[in-house]
Amino acid sequence: MVGYRPEGIEDTLDERTQAADGRPGAPVELPRLGLVGWLRWMWRQLTSMRVALLLLMLLAVAAVPGSVLPQRPQDPARVAEYLADHPDLGPWLDRVGAFDVYASVWFSAIYLLLFISLVGCIVPRTRAHLGALRARPPRTPRRFDRFPAQGGWTTSQSPGDVAGAARAALRGRLRWLPRYRVDVREEGPGVTVSAERGYLRETGNLAFHLALVGLLISVGTGQFLHYRGQAIVLEGRGFANAVVDYDTFESGAGFDPSSLVPFSLTLDAFTAEFDPQTLASRYFRADVTVRDPDGAERAESIRVNHPLTAGGAKVYLQGNGYAPEVTVRDAAGEVAFSGAVPFLPQDEVYTSRGVIKVPDVSAGPQIGMIAFLLPTAEELLPGQWRSTHPLPRDPLMVITVYSGDLGLDDGVPQNVYELDQSGLEQSVDAGGAPVTLYLRPGETVALPDGLGELTYAATPRFVALDLRHDPTLLFVLVFALTALTGLAVSLFTPRRRVWLRAVPGPDGRTVVTAAALARGDDVGLQAELDSVVAQVAGPDPGADDDAPPGADAPPHPQQHDRHQDAGTRPEGSR
Amino acid sequence: MTTAQLGDLSTGMVWAAATVYTIALVAYTLDLARMVDRLPAARVAAAGVRSGGRATGTLVADRGDRDGATAAGGLGAGAGRVPGTAPGVGAPGRRRSKARGIARSTTTLGLVLHVVAVVARGFAAGRAPWANMYEFTLVGTLVAVVVLLAVLRRRDLPFLGVVVTGFAVLALAAGLLVFFIQADGVQPALDSYWLVIHVGVAITSTGVFTVACATSVLQLLRDSRGRGSTALAGRGWRWLEAVPRPTELEALSFRLNAVGFVLWTFTLIAGAIWAEHAWGRYWGWDPKEVWTFVIWVVYAAYLHARTTRGWGGRRAAWFVLVGYACVLANFTLVNMFFDGKHSYSGL
Ligand code: HEM
Repeated sequence: MVGYRPEGIEDTLDERTQAADGRPGAPVELPRLGLVGWLRWMWRQLTSMRVALLLLMLLAVAAVPGSVLPQRPQDPARVAEYLADHPDLGPWLDRVGAFDVYASVWFSAIYLLLFISLVGCIVPRTRAHLGALRARPPRTPRRFDRFPAQGGWTTSQSPGDVAGAARAALRGRLRWLPRYRVDVREEGPGVTVSAERGYLRETGNLAFHLALVGLLISVGTGQFLHYRGQAIVLEGRGFANAVVDYDTFESGAGFDPSSLVPFSLTLDAFTAEFDPQTLASRYFRADVTVRDPDGAERAESIRVNHPLTAGGAKVYLQGNGYAPEVTVRDAAGEVAFSGAVPFLPQDEVYTSRGVIKVPDVSAGPQIGMIAFLLPTAEELLPGQWRSTHPLPRDPLMVITVYSGDLGLDDGVPQNVYELDQSGLEQSVDAGGAPVTLYLRPGETVALPDGLGELTYAATPRFVALDLRHDPTLLFVLVFALTALTGLAVSLFTPRRRVWLRAVPGPDGRTVVTAAALARGDDVGLQAELDSVVAQVAGPDPGADDDAPPGADAPPHPQQHDRHQDAGTRPEGSR
Repeated sequence: MTTAQLGDLSTGMVWAAATVYTIALVAYTLDLARMVDRLPAARVAAAGVRSGGRATGTLVADRGDRDGATAAGGLGAGAGRVPGTAPGVGAPGRRRSKARGIARSTTTLGLVLHVVAVVARGFAAGRAPWANMYEFTLVGTLVAVVVLLAVLRRRDLPFLGVVVTGFAVLALAAGLLVFFIQADGVQPALDSYWLVIHVGVAITSTGVFTVACATSVLQLLRDSRGRGSTALAGRGWRWLEAVPRPTELEALSFRLNAVGFVLWTFTLIAGAIWAEHAWGRYWGWDPKEVWTFVIWVVYAAYLHARTTRGWGGRRAAWFVLVGYACVLANFTLVNMFFDGKHSYSGL
């Protein structure tokens, strides 16, 4: 706190911050110097603490809408839904980037300005700090009476001996890592000692801010070089690490597709366990065989929280479900479709929804079906089914049928999990109610309107795998941990200055006075000064008039402790 | 004992702890009232502490008069002594009060019951007991009470006791009545030691932020009364004169917030590492991540405000309130109303 400063002391620990904060006159003085002046003025504003503060608050505010509005990178479907629900407001929000806040111009502008400000702030501070590391501790002030921590005693030692003892006590036992930097100066007949500790505070602070810059650069580089792909893999099937083999693939501008390591992977088995009572999922494991490019094979397993590493990428188990195996024969009796169709689980008991599209019919219209899979089916009321368990104990497929034009030919990529009903007509019975087909594995049913027939053969599982490669992960981690360490060091290292003055007194004894000052609030300041005083003065500095000459032996540890207790705690504060 | 019995034991203990905290709340309130009754006497006692001086310091500065000056001038005139060394009225040993004794012992008893509840819950569920909102509430309150007791060992701040035990009672009641779910295992994504690390530290820092925020509230009230605010001029607010000066409260709040902020930074990093393991990306702007980030930035702004000229003291304290409001929003609104990957509230 700025207010915490004994009056009359020019030399404070706050100088540097204040220089960074309110450079004299900067905020009020209007520039008169043309372009260069303007630029310099803007730069000063930008690197002032006040603007950094403003930008930080702006950043916090700007981040919020992204948690309220659906975001395109995370959930494009919900964005589309929002746009449909809000035809007036939606397009406006879209125009200002509200559906992709974290890539929007304004959000980027805020954090880039913040980081420019940060750099503009730490470069001079680093320079100043390097200078301070080599400088001598500040001169001893003339008067001690306004300092927050004080002490003093008289002794028969000479001022020079007191200074020597003080130097030793302040520097501490470790020669190569002195606690205090100490400077002894002659002052008339007396001697003064000035000492300073806590340079690590600024070091930590700079490390923290620099690490943030490193973090931003690493994250940006990662964006540039990364790739990520998703693949749905059926039990017993495999997949190869090539761009074409992914269901979705996305990469940074700096990614080179030929850099993909051509390993392949087969899903041998998938295990799922559920809580017997609540049916909540408890355990998922995908057993896979990985084939490296050199032909070596290894058996591995992927679990949630335990990704697999292959070909420099990490492979995550992101989802799982059932992919019923179906065969559709068209009106002419030809096999028009045959394969496993992944269904998306909708709830805890794996009620799954899937879409079967049959474009390649040899006769009649194209066929589309919306199907629900109930892994363990139970009929609640006639015609009303639900699933009671996530495992396929008694699977049932419930299907409604559409025919017409699937809309696949106009070249617009379609979501495989959705049916575009615009060119389709639903099959209805004589009474006009939609036709619903029920079938269990091994069964075949005739499709309505003479469209053909459908066979449901088996219920294999699928897993959704996510592959991701980001070469900067290690850097991101290292910078994050550096920031954390720097922060802790800078917040918890006390920054203190201690001064002693030893002058010959009228009675021939040496009068020693001591004072200490801390940066900011520091509960331990008086305790520290007391301990230094105790070490320099000997066991009982308050009343050593009778101390025998040469009582400069180190104080007895126990006495020392007791003494310190008395000095640091006001009576009754425990 | 079966796990179901353990679960019931835990729930019973939470009720018991909430009840005991309620008694503590009443006792702190009475103690606060006592403090006001004794104000003039307390002043004398405080003067005694000052003139008694230190054992070592032969050159004790004239702090006594400055104390009065600051009380009137508020933070601006906040030159002063090292906080905590001679807190005047704030020295617990100086004041005897039955209410205070009851408040301390009931808080401690409540804490013991609370710990038993949390441990039993952990055994009942067979995992670290902080995997859903009910359990976050349980453990977060526990941390707040621990920090309260730690602060009260050094400072006599019944107001803090009122706020924190009041908060604890409300939070536990809300936990039991709104967030409660049976003790149970966790879904695969949570089945990780990162649950212990990331969530454990997050809850701890929330507890620390809670006490820090209460301190800042006290600081603002005390400061406003010191500046002659008419709203706070009534007799009902007289107890504010008995609390430490705003500068000291600011210092205490800062120290707590600094600890909370470092823990929060750790939470953020640990969360990113866990997300990298579980979801395949360390950062994805999920609502929970967004709010964790927002909180982090607000508290970073607070630290900057403290060192910016003209932004310390009162203004900085407002940042603490904003930051803590974000912490609460992150816990309640984001868990309950925003969907994202962090939908683990169990509701
Ligand atoms: C990404 C943006 C930034 C973040 C997250 C950030 C964060 C922090 C944090 C957490 C501290 C506390 C450390 C402490 O109190 O010792 C701090 C201190 C400080 N920051 Fe920043 N900062 C940012 C940008 C800036 C900028 C742009 C400036 C310069 C204009 C700046 C100047 C300072 C200064 C001078 C301190 C020292 C305060 C002190 O020693 O108490 N920071 N910063």
